[in-house]
Amino acid sequence: MKKVEIIRSRLNPLLVDDVDTDQIIPARFLKTIGRVGLGANLFADWRGARFDASSDARILLAGNNFGCGSSREHAVWALADFGFQAVIAPSFADIFQANALKNGLVPVAVEAAVHRHLVAARAQDAELTVRIDVRKSTLVLPDQEEVPFPLDPFARRCLTDGIDELDYLRQHEGQIAEWEARHARG
Amino acid sequence: MKSPTLPQTLFDKIWQEHVVAHDDGCPAVLYVDLHLVHEVTSPQAFAGLRARGLGLRRPEKTVATMDHSTPTTPGLVIVDDQARAQLQQLAKNCVDFGVQCYGLDSDQRGIVHVIGPELGLTQPGMTIVCGDSHTATHGAFGALAFGIGSSEVEHVLATQCLLQKRPTSLEVRVDGMLPRGVTAKDLILAVIARIGVDGGNGAVIEYTGDAIRALDMEARMTVCNMSIEAGARAGLVAPDDTTYQYLAKRQFAPKGADWERAVANWRQLPSDEGAEYDVSVVLDAQALQPMITWGTNPGQGIPINDNLPDARSGAEEKAFKYMALEPGKPLVGHPIDVVFVGSCTNGRIADLRQAARIFDGRRVATGVRTLVVPGSYAVKRQAEAEGLDRIFRDAGAEWREPGCSMCIAMNGDQIEAGQYAVSTSNRNFEGRQGRGGRTFLASPLTAAAAAVTGKVTDPRALL
Ligand code: SF4
Repeated sequence: MKKVEIIRSRLNPLLVDDVDTDQIIPARFLKTIGRVGLGANLFADWRGARFDASSDARILLAGNNFGCGSSREHAVWALADFGFQAVIAPSFADIFQANALKNGLVPVAVEAAVHRHLVAARAQDAELTVRIDVRKSTLVLPDQEEVPFPLDPFARRCLTDGIDELDYLRQHEGQIAEWEARHARG
Repeated sequence: MKSPTLPQTLFDKIWQEHVVAHDDGCPAVLYVDLHLVHEVTSPQAFAGLRARGLGLRRPEKTVATMDHSTPTTPGLVIVDDQARAQLQQLAKNCVDFGVQCYGLDSDQRGIVHVIGPELGLTQPGMTIVCGDSHTATHGAFGALAFGIGSSEVEHVLATQCLLQKRPTSLEVRVDGMLPRGVTAKDLILAVIARIGVDGGNGAVIEYTGDAIRALDMEARMTVCNMSIEAGARAGLVAPDDTTYQYLAKRQFAPKGADWERAVANWRQLPSDEGAEYDVSVVLDAQALQPMITWGTNPGQGIPINDNLPDARSGAEEKAFKYMALEPGKPLVGHPIDVVFVGSCTNGRIADLRQAARIFDGRRVATGVRTLVVPGSYAVKRQAEAEGLDRIFRDAGAEWREPGCSMCIAMNGDQIEAGQYAVSTSNRNFEGRQGRGGRTFLASPLTAAAAAVTGKVTDPRALL
């Protein structure tokens, strides 16, 4: 996996709660057998009205419980293919968060007060730029205030060192074989 | 390991049994007993294996089917080139990697979460995963079953293991008995309305209580199926005699002495007396009514005779606008255009029997399009043996071939922009059943009642 350490970008706001993966990439675009090109249909039914596809910001500023619904990794592929490197939201749905981390898309969960502050600041200033420091798992606001966000140590190592989860799993071959031997049905 | 000092939950027991390794500061390496695969979320995983030159560690533990983008029209004519390519790719991947595939020509094919249990593949105490969030369905058997992304599908294919953070536990206890005309679907919609679409985030839900124990396996599957709609990783119901009766003699269930041994082991699985959950929620089944969703997430549901709520948040305002409904007004009597009975939530034989009770001797209202889509060929055959297909056809409903169909609208079965559908599926997201379409989620009884009256109707009046 590509290493991700620092992300610095303006914000593209999509301030709706409970954005589900059917909105991120509608099912009619799931008939692909590849993982590239999905960005063209990111938020296909929300373009213009809710999602500004002309912005080249690399960070999506989203609402509560972002990415709920289906397990389709296509949602993450679409965001990443479009150019997003991180999503900032008060909270994320579980499977989305796991999928995001596997693709180097950083889910940044911030407290409600920080979120409100960012939303207000972005409304004032479309050029507002923030920095995400993955190694420290902090979000650096424009006034240089640094707020931490939760990132479990393993996920962080995978991002900053470009560790591939499958490689990590395969290093446990011996233990997997042992487990299988222990559980072999007589 | 045999004498735990602390009482354990069902989840604790399955988890502990399946942890292969747990390095400090890392997620656990969890062994997967059964991996289910379908055409939409697997091609990228198989492509990943090819790129790395890897094979399947245990091909016999992976089972594939085709359900999402398959046609449900007679003759199964695929009109969509992309869908055809996706189906062909799955068939090829299964041949190349040695995976059992219930493909288009199989008479055992069906929705992945319908065929797993009905073939007896799904068994208590197992870990089961699939690149599909409704994998939670299999939790009805006391199996730890959850949805995964395509990268994880690749991990499981290659290593038969997954990296998992230990989830928290949430007990949803439902006391009492469900009143007449109130089904498992109503129960789970009430749970989600209560705890919210993120109420289960990070958790495995165990459903307990007399009302759950009284449910048959199909109803338990309906409940567990929608755990993900509350954000939960998985849903669980402890196995009991109802479970064993359902499983006995199924194709892949253990036989003879193996069966006896398996049941003895399964009897150890239920949560110990005094086992603790991180959070517990209690509902009274007696107080439940038929539920229906009015909004654009499964948590936006109300008892069918209630008036719509006020718009209490931006999300609700947005939902009212999309659904073109007015706060404070009744939903009963609202005209509808389409009815869909099917999906992995309510596409089993018990669900079709419920719907048939309402359709029997009645006609679908003029102008309403009604699709009844069995969850699998086994369900279809059973329904036809019981004459349910005749009831549906005589009522003026379409009786289709099995598949996901209008639940996800990938196969051409869809509603039109602006139309209202009453659907027994699990998601009412904007555009889920067709771009611009509006979905009310409800039970098979309520869906059938809407079909024959042409409007949102309390089914109890028709029973
Ligand atoms: S029926 Fe619907 S929810 Fe179930 S597997 Fe198919 S698409 Fe998913």
